[in-house]
Amino acid sequence: MAETKYKTKGLDCWNKAKELRLKYYQDYAEAHDRGALRWEGGAWSFDALPQALEGEVYPLTEEPYGASVGADPETQVRYQEAAEGKWGCARDLCAYLRSYWGSIILDEYFFGGKWPKADFIFQDHICCSHGKWLQVVAELEGGQVPYFCFDVGAGPYDQIGERQINYVVEQLYDGIEFLEKTTGRKIVDEKLIQNVYNTYRSACYWSKVCELNQAVPAPLDEKSMYSLYVLGTLQKSSQEIADFYVELYEEVKDRVANQIAAVGNERCRVLGDSQPPWGFLRILRYMEKYGVVSIGSLYTFSLIGWWKVDNNGNLVPYPTLEEQGIAIKDRDHALRLLAEGELRGKLMWAPFYGAKFKNELVKKIARQWKCNAAMIHLNRGCEGTAMHQMELKIALAETGLPVMTYEGNMADEREFDEARDMRLIDLFLAETLGLKKLTE
Amino acid sequence: MEPVEKFTDAWRHRRDYARDWKDRTGGKVVGYFCTYVPEEILYAADILPVRILGGHQPPNLVAPHVFDMWCPFCRDCLNEGLSGKYDYLDGIMIAQSCLHMRQAFGAWEIHVPTPWKYYLCMPNAVRSPRAKTFLAGELACFKEALEEWCGKSITTEDLDRGIDIMNTNRRLMKQVYEFRKEDNPPIIGTEAMMMVWASQLMDKREHSELLKQLVEELPNRKLERDPGIRLMIVGSENDDRPFMEMVESIGGTLVIEDHCTGSRYFWDEVVPDKDRISAIAHRYCDRIPCPSKDWGATDWQRKRFPHILNLAREYRAEGVILTQQKFCDPHELDIPSLRRYLEGNGLPCYFLEFEVTVPLGQFRIRVEAFLEQIRAEDLFV
Repeated sequence: MAETKYKTKGLDCWNKAKELRLKYYQDYAEAHDRGALRWEGGAWSFDALPQALEGEVYPLTEEPYGASVGADPETQVRYQEAAEGKWGCARDLCAYLRSYWGSIILDEYFFGGKWPKADFIFQDHICCSHGKWLQVVAELEGGQVPYFCFDVGAGPYDQIGERQINYVVEQLYDGIEFLEKTTGRKIVDEKLIQNVYNTYRSACYWSKVCELNQAVPAPLDEKSMYSLYVLGTLQKSSQEIADFYVELYEEVKDRVANQIAAVGNERCRVLGDSQPPWGFLRILRYMEKYGVVSIGSLYTFSLIGWWKVDNNGNLVPYPTLEEQGIAIKDRDHALRLLAEGELRGKLMWAPFYGAKFKNELVKKIARQWKCNAAMIHLNRGCEGTAMHQMELKIALAETGLPVMTYEGNMADEREFDEARDMRLIDLFLAETLGLKKLTE
Repeated sequence: MEPVEKFTDAWRHRRDYARDWKDRTGGKVVGYFCTYVPEEILYAADILPVRILGGHQPPNLVAPHVFDMWCPFCRDCLNEGLSGKYDYLDGIMIAQSCLHMRQAFGAWEIHVPTPWKYYLCMPNAVRSPRAKTFLAGELACFKEALEEWCGKSITTEDLDRGIDIMNTNRRLMKQVYEFRKEDNPPIIGTEAMMMVWASQLMDKREHSELLKQLVEELPNRKLERDPGIRLMIVGSENDDRPFMEMVESIGGTLVIEDHCTGSRYFWDEVVPDKDRISAIAHRYCDRIPCPSKDWGATDWQRKRFPHILNLAREYRAEGVILTQQKFCDPHELDIPSLRRYLEGNGLPCYFLEFEVTVPLGQFRIRVEAFLEQIRAEDLFV
């Protein structure tokens, strides 16, 4: 076995991340036992609003739930076959969505017990499936779950002005009216303001963490990053989660200073695209045998992270409110800042407006994160993140970057041919990149 | 030549038509990807809007740009662009539509040389009370962009002209559709579709002249055929002529449809208002929605479903063929619910999935079986 080139060790805050995640799902399940409210929505819903209601409130975001199910192929197939067989939906719809619907149809909560019905739905919409996902959930629940959905498809990050922000803010006011009317509880402005501060900290500190991965050796590998960003998809407005990202940032900064690597034998850096096949993350560990570290992707960096393009054309973390010297004055100010941060900073939304956006942003990642190659997962399970993937392949290849694609599905194991894709990976690493395995 | 033949001719020779139009008028032609594009403003700028449709040939050029989980229609459209069949276009545009069509537009922008490109940020939440103001702002920007491109301002009178051209055409097509309600309709579904497709490809002023002629002729037009079972088609974009001809050759008549190459395209008019841009914004938010936009801000129910049922009843459809472009998520998300809704209201449904080319032989057997099923139900009532 070859000697490792760099020191390596696990993250000190790893267990904390796992505990926070588990607590989140337990809290949701047990919410009614302690008189708390439950709501369901998307990972991109502005949770700062419903979480500002009086009393205890717990969310369940649909995509991370679907990803959790996806990591357990046996359950995933059972849930999806229920959605397909009992409800009659197409097998090529979003894989998370099918697992989620199947879970309701079978009355099973993946984290134990019966399906915990929500008190209301608070959803955002940008990909074709979002608003309609929970539209069907409302239907499956007998039409009894109050539904609210707002549109964030107001334009690409570099064309966001007052008009676009107003569009979203006005809908958020409608959302407040809905929340208060539906729950009989008031929005507490102090909570809302704190939630917006927290949202900024979660989104901006995650970007700072990702920025640190420009270091050689990379302090984080993408497989670990998946377990870290997920907290921001669960409840980015929570104090605990925002604090976690600050803590994580400090730890990763320390790793960079001390050259602690994610992959001890790092000698090749690749970038990815879209969600991975959750049930087969071992492919990322397998690549490490070649000394390959996957440093991240537009998806991993900006699913919750906020970014901006600076005057030099570089991707840099979006500034926190403290860094901008902004103190939130009132409800309106909080809502505007929230909309502004999401619309201008969430670059993950840029591909919805054209391939050219995705191409330019990912080319920046390739350059700034010093990537040697790209490995694009053609994800049949998520049309949103799979937007323009083939165009991206062309754009990256034109810069001289070796690119491979492999086809699969983030959360439908029936569409992932592990043996074939492992063979493709071997061929790409060995033949295209000229790497040899360092360990067996 | 009869109007219906002229529609067919324009559809079949769409490229020649557009080139000829440019020669005759000296105007610009803009290809559009989705029926949320406000053609009123294009007409106000003296531009001919033409819908980008597929060629129903294997999309050989598209694989490097769009992998095959994207709908056949978007791949077919892009393939037409990549193969140079739309080389006469001066511009292309999209109104924020489903992700599939955006996929085609995104690749077209990069690889198909077209002088002018525009992405109109049509709101997704068309049923939100906030959508109309936002769309009006988008339309104002769009108007400005056209003015800059064409080098002339678009006046209120121009907008009135654009609205009138569109509304007249819509009104006339609805008049033609009235004839489809008859016991033995003097215009069959394939012909009606040809009329709508032609309206998406021709100058609407010329199309409307043909429509006027058709409206006059239809009362005396007799088709020597048994209408058989009255059918409705609901689903994704559908300009698959051989499929429709097949259905109407085996004992069915397509009396009505809800899709964006049929009634949904023209059903709603712009209601005049002092603020023309606002009036146009209202029309596009209030129109019968594409399923991708059919969700309410505070209401999960779909606006489209009661409209479909009303159409089925008005046109006395005895069964519904649910057609869907393979991988079309918006329709896939609605179809299980729609099927339950229609069947719950006594309308038998049959589902067919479309590709760029359809397997006519297989579909024939399946549609025949559906017709048998409907007849059998009649028999045992």
